Amino acid sequence: MDISTTTDVPPSASPPSLTERKRAARGATRPGDRIFLGLSRGSGILLLVIMAAIAVFLTYRASLAISRDHGNFLTTFEWNTNLTPPSFGIAVLAFGTIVSSVIAMVIAVPVAVAIALFLTHYAPRRLSGPIAYVIDLLAAVPSIVYGLWGALILVPHLRGLYGWLDTYFGWTGILSWEEGAPRTMLAVGILLAIMILPIITNVSREVFRQVPRMHEEAALALGATRWEVVRMSVLPFGRSGVISASMLGLGRALGETMAVATVLSPDYDIHASLLNPGGGTFAQNIASKFGEASEQGRDALIASGLVLFVITLLVNGAARAIIARRKEYSGANA
Amino acid sequence: MAKRIDVSGLTAYYGSHKAIEDISMTVEPRSVTAFIGPSGCGKSTFLRTLNRMHEVTPGGRVEGKVLLDAEDLYGAGVDPVSVRREVGMVFQRPNPFPTMSIFDNVAAGLRLNGNYKKSELNDIVEKSLKGANLWNEVKDRLNKPGSGLSGGQQQRLCIARAIAVEPKVLLMDEPCSALDPISTLAIEDLIGELKDRFTIVIVTHNMQQAARVSDRTAFFNLAAVGQPGRLVEIDDTERIFSNPSVQATEDYISGRFG
Repeated sequence: MDISTTTDVPPSASPPSLTERKRAARGATRPGDRIFLGLSRGSGILLLVIMAAIAVFLTYRASLAISRDHGNFLTTFEWNTNLTPPSFGIAVLAFGTIVSSVIAMVIAVPVAVAIALFLTHYAPRRLSGPIAYVIDLLAAVPSIVYGLWGALILVPHLRGLYGWLDTYFGWTGILSWEEGAPRTMLAVGILLAIMILPIITNVSREVFRQVPRMHEEAALALGATRWEVVRMSVLPFGRSGVISASMLGLGRALGETMAVATVLSPDYDIHASLLNPGGGTFAQNIASKFGEASEQGRDALIASGLVLFVITLLVNGAARAIIARRKEYSGANA
Repeated sequence: MAKRIDVSGLTAYYGSHKAIEDISMTVEPRSVTAFIGPSGCGKSTFLRTLNRMHEVTPGGRVEGKVLLDAEDLYGAGVDPVSVRREVGMVFQRPNPFPTMSIFDNVAAGLRLNGNYKKSELNDIVEKSLKGANLWNEVKDRLNKPGSGLSGGQQQRLCIARAIAVEPKVLLMDEPCSALDPISTLAIEDLIGELKDRFTIVIVTHNMQQAARVSDRTAFFNLAAVGQPGRLVEIDDTERIFSNPSVQATEDYISGRFG
């Protein structure tokens, strides 16, 4: 608005300006309100500034690296940042990150939803408390501990599973096994599934617990069995919450570093079979190469980090779109 | 189709708390019976024992007998799920499934009970919505969510959902208490039509409503604070409101207490 002209005119001489009328409508402000307003507005702005700073930093350093890249940043199957000119591409990392996260989601989401339903709708109360507590504990285990457990306990025990998969599904190509150590994408996916299970379970449980009693009674009164109540009332009501929960889990799986680096035996290639070692993920690649990388190498790793950032944003956007598409049918309208 | 309800010596508990004690009554088929009484006297609890919804509450259990024609609802081997398919219920607050369309809401009970062809479903949904006096208002938007309707329309949608499965008895737990007077009138008119086909039991706090819609009225009260609720008397509605045989009933309906 044209503030400079309105503030120049004395208030008494003219009808109240727009800003004055706005101020009058807001009423007298108390110091407490003003302080709180300042704090909350400041926090909001700070968040935006931090996000912008991260984006600017990543984009700037990444653009330096990409402009020097002699290979194709998206399709080159190598990561040689010490050559002049350097040659590197993210295809292998993108593939490994997405494949391991998808495996983790495929395993973790159904199990987590089933656990959450069991805790909220089937388990007796004296059982559901302790189980929920154990799941919370699972969330508190540091990821390096998961990594050690995965490398020392899980991986050796996967030989049986790998052999079985190879026997029955080896013909598909993606599940054939050459008897190597099972430190592969499938092992990473399984470990990630265990790691993201608690968060998906906990958020889903909270959502299922908030299903209004009256929706469940509506189904019960029609002669629904317990499973039918879950299907008619609980799952539809919790749908968007489960999607959000899964996205939280997926975010963790996409960015998981130490556990992947500990379990995976990486190389810089894409392998058709999930049971053969090799591949890599963005976070694992950054963690294992950052230490001895040159300035140029660091910029390249930052560029790969930027891609991970973009993938995460896309995934979140997709999830929001899925939730928004069926908004008028959402449980929140009840 | 409509069935008689025979209750004898019914006592209901929540855990160790005795909510209602020793209730006996008969509800004739194709009639409307109203339950009145002060809050907390166990009317709703009693209503919920008639389709075994009471035991959904943790700790809910019942002693005594409820016969639907000759079948004991609490007999050994009787599945509460099948009881609720015979005895439908409409709740205090309209509760259409928020994630379902109007059509799917009405068809929900049918889909639980078996396989229907699309054309059969269409016919039953239309018939039920007509039966609930809602068809003309929603026939052009059957695929829109039920939560977009007004409160009174939602309640009629819930009635359509309940009658779509052709229950023998229809229980209504204060079905108008969340509605405006015009929607209330629509529901009351509907009750008058539905009683040709169903046995109807309605809990209400509105005594004019009980007088308007019911053939028989049952008055419930607490013997004293902290005591379980019990049935004071049940009689023809006209008699309850003109010349009740128990003084407490007259005090209640004339507004002297409660």
